[in-house]
Amino acid sequence: MVDVNFARRRPSSVIALHNVGELRERSVGDVGVTIGAGVTYTELQDRELATAVPALAQAARTVGSPQIRNAGTIGGNIGTASPAGDTLPVLVALDAVVDVQGVGGTREVPIDELFTGPKRTALAAHEVITAVRVPPCRGPQEFLKVGTRNAMIIATVSVALVLDRDARTVRVGLGAVGPVALRAVEAERFAEATIDWDDPVRSADATLLTGFADRVADAARPIDDHRSTAGYRRHAVQILARRALQRACSHG
Amino acid sequence: MADPLSYRIRVNGQSHDVCDAWIGESLLFVLRERLGLSGAKNACEQGECGSCSVFVDGQLVCSCLVLAATVPGAEVVTIEGLTAGGGTALTDVQQAFLDEGAVQCGFCTPGLVMTVHDLLERDTLPSELAVREALAGNLCRCTGYGRILAAVARAASGRAGTNRDSAR
Amino acid sequence: MVITRERRTTGTGVSVARPDGVPKVRGEFAFASDLWMEGMLWGHTLRAPHAHARIVSIDPSGALRVPGVHAVLTADDVPGRATFGLVVPDQPVLAGDVVRFAGEAVAVVAAEHPELARQAAAAIRVEYEPLAPLVDAELALGAEPIHPDGNVYRQLVIRRGDAAAHGPIAVEGEYEVGMQDQAPLGPEAGLAVPADDGGVELFVATQYLHVDREQTAAALGLDPQLVRLTLGGVGGAFGAREDISLQIHLCLLALQTRRPVKMVYSRAESFVGHVHRHPARIRLRHEADRDGRLVRVEGRMLLDGGAYASTSVPVLVNAMSFAAGPYRVPTVDVEGIVVRTNNPPCGAMRGFGAVQACFAYEAQMDRLAAACGVDPVELRLRNAMGPGDEFIFGQRAGASFPLRETIRACTRHPLPEPPVQSREAGAADLPGASGRTTEEHDVRRGIGFAVSVKNLMFSEGHDDLSTAHCRLRDGVVTVTCAAAEVGQGFVTLVHQIAHEVLGVERVVVAPADTSIGDAGSTSASRQTWMSGGAVLAACEAVRDELLDRVARDHAVAAGSLAVRNGSIVGTDGSRGVDLRVEDAIRGVDLEATRVHRHRPTTPLDADGQGEPHVAFAVAAHRAVVDVDVELGLVRVVQVATAQDVGRVLNPLQALGQIEGGIAQGLGLAVMEEVILDQGHIRNASFTDYLVPTALDAAEVLVDFVEVPDPDAPLGAKGIGEPPTISSTPAIVAAIRDATGVPLRRVPVRPSDIVGPSSGS
Repeated sequence: MVDVNFARRRPSSVIALHNVGELRERSVGDVGVTIGAGVTYTELQDRELATAVPALAQAARTVGSPQIRNAGTIGGNIGTASPAGDTLPVLVALDAVVDVQGVGGTREVPIDELFTGPKRTALAAHEVITAVRVPPCRGPQEFLKVGTRNAMIIATVSVALVLDRDARTVRVGLGAVGPVALRAVEAERFAEATIDWDDPVRSADATLLTGFADRVADAARPIDDHRSTAGYRRHAVQILARRALQRACSHG
Repeated sequence: MADPLSYRIRVNGQSHDVCDAWIGESLLFVLRERLGLSGAKNACEQGECGSCSVFVDGQLVCSCLVLAATVPGAEVVTIEGLTAGGGTALTDVQQAFLDEGAVQCGFCTPGLVMTVHDLLERDTLPSELAVREALAGNLCRCTGYGRILAAVARAASGRAGTNRDSAR
Repeated sequence: MVITRERRTTGTGVSVARPDGVPKVRGEFAFASDLWMEGMLWGHTLRAPHAHARIVSIDPSGALRVPGVHAVLTADDVPGRATFGLVVPDQPVLAGDVVRFAGEAVAVVAAEHPELARQAAAAIRVEYEPLAPLVDAELALGAEPIHPDGNVYRQLVIRRGDAAAHGPIAVEGEYEVGMQDQAPLGPEAGLAVPADDGGVELFVATQYLHVDREQTAAALGLDPQLVRLTLGGVGGAFGAREDISLQIHLCLLALQTRRPVKMVYSRAESFVGHVHRHPARIRLRHEADRDGRLVRVEGRMLLDGGAYASTSVPVLVNAMSFAAGPYRVPTVDVEGIVVRTNNPPCGAMRGFGAVQACFAYEAQMDRLAAACGVDPVELRLRNAMGPGDEFIFGQRAGASFPLRETIRACTRHPLPEPPVQSREAGAADLPGASGRTTEEHDVRRGIGFAVSVKNLMFSEGHDDLSTAHCRLRDGVVTVTCAAAEVGQGFVTLVHQIAHEVLGVERVVVAPADTSIGDAGSTSASRQTWMSGGAVLAACEAVRDELLDRVARDHAVAAGSLAVRNGSIVGTDGSRGVDLRVEDAIRGVDLEATRVHRHRPTTPLDADGQGEPHVAFAVAAHRAVVDVDVELGLVRVVQVATAQDVGRVLNPLQALGQIEGGIAQGLGLAVMEEVILDQGHIRNASFTDYLVPTALDAAEVLVDFVEVPDPDAPLGAKGIGEPPTISSTPAIVAAIRDATGVPLRRVPVRPSDIVGPSSGS
């Protein structure tokens, strides 16, 4: 709509999806969480979803304003594919799968295969996102986002961290430090191997935290733009990663 | 431009025919320029300032980000619909804005009044920080928000007082 | 503070309600962008995509083929003077041969629908020959002139005292202020209607109707009497509406099409459609004795005026006047230059030159305090000017100059309590707020202090008078004045004055328009003083005539009557004549027009000495910030202030002005900057040009220091600007206190705080 207001797009037809009830469905169960593409940021903060996927709720709270969160949807955030999209690092860290429907039928796309570049996706012209599915995951989750204002701000840097205590895995997603939301695989492997899964609180020492944070910073591919500098982004992503892991470990 | 289209939308309890419109028109544009409801303001046209806030099916949204042609079937309420009946009737929130000096140039005021109504419907006695967070999408360039926060506090305590009275 | 000081509900000194309040809260107040007229067309402006280019050719034929297009106008279609400008007319109405900044207007169109107008503008083919843009102010002096008037708007020095005098303690620093935007919420908007007499009616959001008319009439080649302006509702101004934006374009289109034409800028267009605050580079060297008493200040100021003159010259005069602040300095040697570049034009913004200077001199005062081992507040008190003391430009401060009282009052405010309990990530009062970046243990608190001085009214010999008309008939007062209400509450003050003088409840403020004489600009903190003075004089003249007539009718001595509480009574309190004002002299218009002038001022001489300013107001600010030092994130916790206001006329409105001004100062301190890349604005939206939200604004504590100015008609000084001036350096001083980082530039970015550790 912003593009239309600014005459960057001049649509000749529009398909309105907000009355398609199926797109607004969500379910939380043993097989994971399914969130319809039309679920709003406000709804992502509802108790049930916020309990099941806390980092997604944390990310949703940082999106724009109440007005934006009432109107904006998770499907829109995915489809826009902005490197700074607030839910995207979380979805990447959660190994989410995107359900896509087109004239030729339906298909599932792993989230990290969906994004092909800044604001570019693997969606075909006739395809729409119908839902996003998150596999079950028991453990602490953290989302941290830096902006240059205390509200209503596009991320300068964001970090999503997901610990799966059952699978003993660490997943980290990075926002606004690359052309797409990135994973920091080296950092994940390091943390998984270094955390004492039976006593994460005690294992959160400088070796773990700094080793993890440094590797996250190495995974970042930030640029200079009018919002910040590459140097600051690399610095901030490191700090956020360290704080995220420290907090996640402190949950015990 | 694309072929003009015509549709009917409901605003403040009344049906309005929108004729020969361009499909790219926002709800804000249609309200202001086609229906003559200019209470919602245009200040950024990208959802950053909240001046165009309206309710669509009870949800507070920026009308600049709503394609008007998608609104048929929904109930839209604008600042003009808060005090149906016209005259000089004021809601408690509007009165509180006046009492606390929360109005200067007034351009952000209708959007803020809508947002405060939305907030107080969901949270009858919000903390100051909760108010600040709820109002973060409504930019005001004149007041620095101090008098606006005072107005919200006044309206909230007024409602709390009313509830107490009616509970007795 | 306690707002209600007495039980009176009207008159001056009381928080009278705004007369425009009810329509504003109901959404019924007609802003300029709300205007609508049957059969009106929509205007749109084609703007240059280059910061500097020669226009080879313009072919409007494509635009004329778009259905519903009624006019396409270029430079050749301007019938009168081809240029405009507040001080010197050096800016083309529409660029004809050269464009000098990115976004300069090249053509305007009028069409049936705004989308058609946009499409038509896009269909105009302009061939440009791009030229190298001059975007570095430092290079402007030696560069090839980019305008026939040259690249230097003004260069001046302020020199006084014993040139050989030096102090044993010296601090030197170079400071930078980024380009700030006024960002009023209401975009530029207007509606022009062609008139049957060949003239045009223009309804427009502006700060200064008469100067708009003068410039518009010149461009149209019309007698000014044929160009009639009425103020449309103004959605904030802050300096952005003192220059011409769409006024001339709208009138050209309306006269060409013989249809009403409306134009509303988009936010992106607004950023190139009005002037900005001048970016500045300021080097200062302060020398003092071992007690911190200033001996000498020297330095250089360089302001980037952008492509056209606007108010660059008076901005520099202000910046230079206050190069050392409100402090006694025996020896001064400062040079100032404001230059032309291919950056967007700069002009008026709240604080007008004093902002840039204050950021630099207050940083210097803190460094001097540290060098002398003196408390920063104490250092300021030691150097503070008082009534009768000389500024560096040789003028003496007047009788109302309560700087020491203001500083002391500011320090008496309570500091914020430390958080009751440790705040967790996501707490909305932590830096980063809902971004959950920060916990209590990541935060360091800092405190900073700053002081400022600002001149009131226009300077250097300007006779910026104001005119008001008052009519009393059957107990209803109608006041007409062309002073632009931009949100500050002048219309409330008119009610208060009229009520106080004439004792009637029914006061009508007529629409501001050009049917009456000039009221001057709503800027320079001048309308309360100037137009308040004119309204006061007009109301008093009507009252005097009323009393004279009543005295005649009742055969009592002239001068023996007064208006008290709505009644005409004897000055001795006798009730010989006891008549309600509304019952006196019925069926007759009693009216008067009065002009208020301030005392004359003089231009600065070759050494920068003179009597350039009318009056002064001082302010002090103390800021408390929480900083996440590792991430460089800031939350301003509290700003306490004391302000020299002369006299408080409306406590609630005064408080609103001060809180609002502080928010803009906070914006400049930590987030607001127009970011330029080779002359192109990279953040022309509210997504990326960040103004403070409710979560960024600080708690504000206000104390008014009331020393009525004997020259001020109401004793009151303008209060709009000082809050914006010293709040910025106070906040930056607090961030320095929390972080230990020198911070020589505003806005302070997170990367400035984390500095070299960011690895950049």
